[in-house]
Amino acid sequence: MSSAIPYTVEPRPDTGLNNVKIGIWLFLASEVMLFGALFASYILLRVGAPPGTWPRHGAEILNVPLATLNTAVLITSSVTMVMSWASLMRKNFAKFRLYMGGTIGLGFVFLIIKSIEYGTKFHHHLFPSTSTFLAIYFTLTGLHALHVIGGMVVNSYLWGTGGKWWKTAPQQFTNRVETAGLFWHFVDLVWIFLFPVLYLL
Amino acid sequence: MADHEQHTTFAGGDGGPTAGHAGAGHEEPGFWRRYWFSVDHKVIGVQYAVTGLLFLLFGFGLMMLMRWQLAFPGEALPLIGNLLGESRMPGGVMLPEFYNQLGAMHGTIMVFLGVVPLAVGGFGNFVVPLQIGAPDMAFPRLNMASYHVFFWGGVLMLASFFAPGGAAQSGWTSYAPLSDIAPTGQTMWLVGMVFLITSSLLGSVNFITTIIQLRAPGLSFMRLPFFVWAQFVTAFLLLLAFPPLEAAAVMQLMDRLADTSFFVPAGLVVSGQLMSQHTGGGSPILWQHLFWFLAHPEVYVLILPGLGIISEVIANNTRKPLWGYKALVYSVLGIGGMSFIVWAHHMFLTGMGTVMNAFFQTTTMIISIPSVIILTVLILSLWGASIRFSTPMLFALAFLPMFAIGGLTGLPLGLSSADIPLHDTYYVIGHFHYVVAPGTLFALMAGIYYWYPKATGRKLSSFLGKLHFWPSLLFMNGIFFPMFIVGLAGVSRRLYDGGATYAHAQHVLWLNELMSISAWGLGLAQIPFIINFFLSLKRGALADDNPWHATTLEWAAPSPPPHGNFASQPVVYRGPYEYSVPGMERDYLPQFEPGGPDGEPRSSIHPGGAEPVPAE
Amino acid sequence: MSTDHHLGSDLDVHGDIDVDKHVRTYITVFVALLALTLITVGIFYLHLPLVPAIALALTVAAIKGSLVACYFMHLLSERKLVLLVMAVTVLFFLFVLLGPWLTEMNGITG
Repeated sequence: MSSAIPYTVEPRPDTGLNNVKIGIWLFLASEVMLFGALFASYILLRVGAPPGTWPRHGAEILNVPLATLNTAVLITSSVTMVMSWASLMRKNFAKFRLYMGGTIGLGFVFLIIKSIEYGTKFHHHLFPSTSTFLAIYFTLTGLHALHVIGGMVVNSYLWGTGGKWWKTAPQQFTNRVETAGLFWHFVDLVWIFLFPVLYLL
Repeated sequence: MADHEQHTTFAGGDGGPTAGHAGAGHEEPGFWRRYWFSVDHKVIGVQYAVTGLLFLLFGFGLMMLMRWQLAFPGEALPLIGNLLGESRMPGGVMLPEFYNQLGAMHGTIMVFLGVVPLAVGGFGNFVVPLQIGAPDMAFPRLNMASYHVFFWGGVLMLASFFAPGGAAQSGWTSYAPLSDIAPTGQTMWLVGMVFLITSSLLGSVNFITTIIQLRAPGLSFMRLPFFVWAQFVTAFLLLLAFPPLEAAAVMQLMDRLADTSFFVPAGLVVSGQLMSQHTGGGSPILWQHLFWFLAHPEVYVLILPGLGIISEVIANNTRKPLWGYKALVYSVLGIGGMSFIVWAHHMFLTGMGTVMNAFFQTTTMIISIPSVIILTVLILSLWGASIRFSTPMLFALAFLPMFAIGGLTGLPLGLSSADIPLHDTYYVIGHFHYVVAPGTLFALMAGIYYWYPKATGRKLSSFLGKLHFWPSLLFMNGIFFPMFIVGLAGVSRRLYDGGATYAHAQHVLWLNELMSISAWGLGLAQIPFIINFFLSLKRGALADDNPWHATTLEWAAPSPPPHGNFASQPVVYRGPYEYSVPGMERDYLPQFEPGGPDGEPRSSIHPGGAEPVPAE
Repeated sequence: MSTDHHLGSDLDVHGDIDVDKHVRTYITVFVALLALTLITVGIFYLHLPLVPAIALALTVAAIKGSLVACYFMHLLSERKLVLLVMAVTVLFFLFVLLGPWLTEMNGITG
């Protein structure tokens, strides 16, 4: 029997899915639980905070305009990501390159804005140890930023090696781009909740 | 293709990448590619199993050391005591700090480095692809990565014994704020946990995808061996329950390294000194919630693969189908789902209030129902059976009453008022050890004796097997039964002196000696097993494809299976336990054999016969 | 493994035509998301009391999140299996999110 694994690209008839699609959704399920635990910690810490130790709104300490900009940046990067996949579906590799490059670029913009935010905090002696609010803020956004970096690494790999892959196994490549897209959209989705919870409430 | 006559060690040793390599004529990979960096599920399964067994032995060693201190508090341990150094056992007498390290690491190693890697990483990896008729797991390279991340996490955990201040010493539960201020070994424990959790997550994605996607034609979900169902649910538990602990570990790391106060309450004073580098305002209870959110499903991770193994062994050695397959499946799904909503029964004494105590008490009582159903199904499966008392079956039969004791003694713990005098006493230790030690460990032993022929092409000696089994059963009970008595007498757990200073416990303290002698006896009882394991590799009787005359798909492959597992894609024609089918002379009808009771060969394309039903 | 350019992502076996429709949807969703972001910030400047502020903020976030999930992640047209896995996950997510807080409601806090 061939030792090739079935359904790595072609979908299995009864489930309608290929292995990688299921794999990434399962992984995202675990990520939902990871961020869920951190949000749960936010709730418990805030509810139990001694009076005066928690800001009335995150905006008292955090930079809302910058974060709003970052929200727009991530949303846009989600669009460019899905457009890069759509370009492959339309068999337009050049457009894929363009949109994927845009996604990676916007990811850089997000991280730069984030570093400006962090830098300003540190400059004003606002560290994770300064209060539990800042502790959970840095942890949530820091973990999120690590996921952004991870996504960018994957996206860069696809952008860089795509040329060869597109020629030899276009369907597999398209699927992998879709898979990376799912991860990237998830990162965007987490931020969509992070932003109001940390900055506005 | 490697065949089992050429090398007598373990299966599938090719180890090369699975993506379409040519058959004859390709170069044999070197040692490292073949045995260390293999992507073959069988090699990885053996790696996990052997590593897990070594960790089990080490963790058991830690306990044998602790039992000296408990039996003879304050006395110098001859010979070994002087080897461990001034920081641990000056003059051969165990320091309390070292006792605490041994306790915390015993629990951690047994649960996370021993049982789960063996049960899930070892048995799961080796058996599941074979039992579903697949050539490998869905993501072979991810599988390899999982093992390596686990391995180095384990190394880090062991290395923590050499950190200044010693290894983690705040219990395997690492409760805050004690763990926040513990020495460096705790940081290594946390980083090690992040490694282990990552390994686990990657593994569970692999298992679930494999079971959903790679089942052979005709193998619908309701025709799966129960072992596969058990691994399937276990993988979901690992996938969804571990991340909160990962989050908590990161937060505790930040408390320790970045002076945050996630778990540090305001005004914490340690040894008369205010912990001023922490602002406070954190919640120690938060740690408990996040820890137990994982750790409760974790105990089902510990037992479910074992229940799966026992089911396979019982069906095979009773020569009849399991009674109540559907009940088993629905029960295991019920256990899986409910295991996420019982966690705070570990926190009954934290002041949650009566409403929440009542909620968790109720869900805990409800979850005992599917567990009892599973045990009942297994016991009823013995009725009217023609029992073959092979070594796996001995372990399986012993498992049943042992698991029953463990489960029943859990009931008072799950009721919040009954838990008040029992919480954190030796009663708890007795309860969970009954489930994990003569429970799961016996099931895993049954699995080793059962599948060793498949993995190695040789049989284990049944004489040495019995020599292993009987003393183990005796000593397991000798260690853990007295714990109920000692616990009911009010002796707390994690006590360096085993209750020697408790006035109300003086009349039970002699049991400490009994338990310790039993522990050392249990250690000796493993020697026949270790000898058997290695000796049989070269000297064991040769095994053919199906030495147990079993019905599931792994027995369609050669022993050991080559790279790719099966000569041609197996097809499944019927359920997993067609033993003693009426009208047949042979007392078993494998899933993968075409043909029916009347012996006529049937083609898979002819309807009305033993046609494979398309998988749903 | 086919090397021709027949692209059958398991999403559907349609050709270019439906991709065009998808693209139009993506742009629409994009604009909606930006608008909702501005609305989120706008609501903040109303300085509502805490409970309505939380309810509103989370509702808007949930709408935005659903748009991303349903359209960018194709969850609307995804297979039942994936929907089932995510539904179960969301259920357990709610347990971990609310469980610890609920246990502190009539007990000791801080």
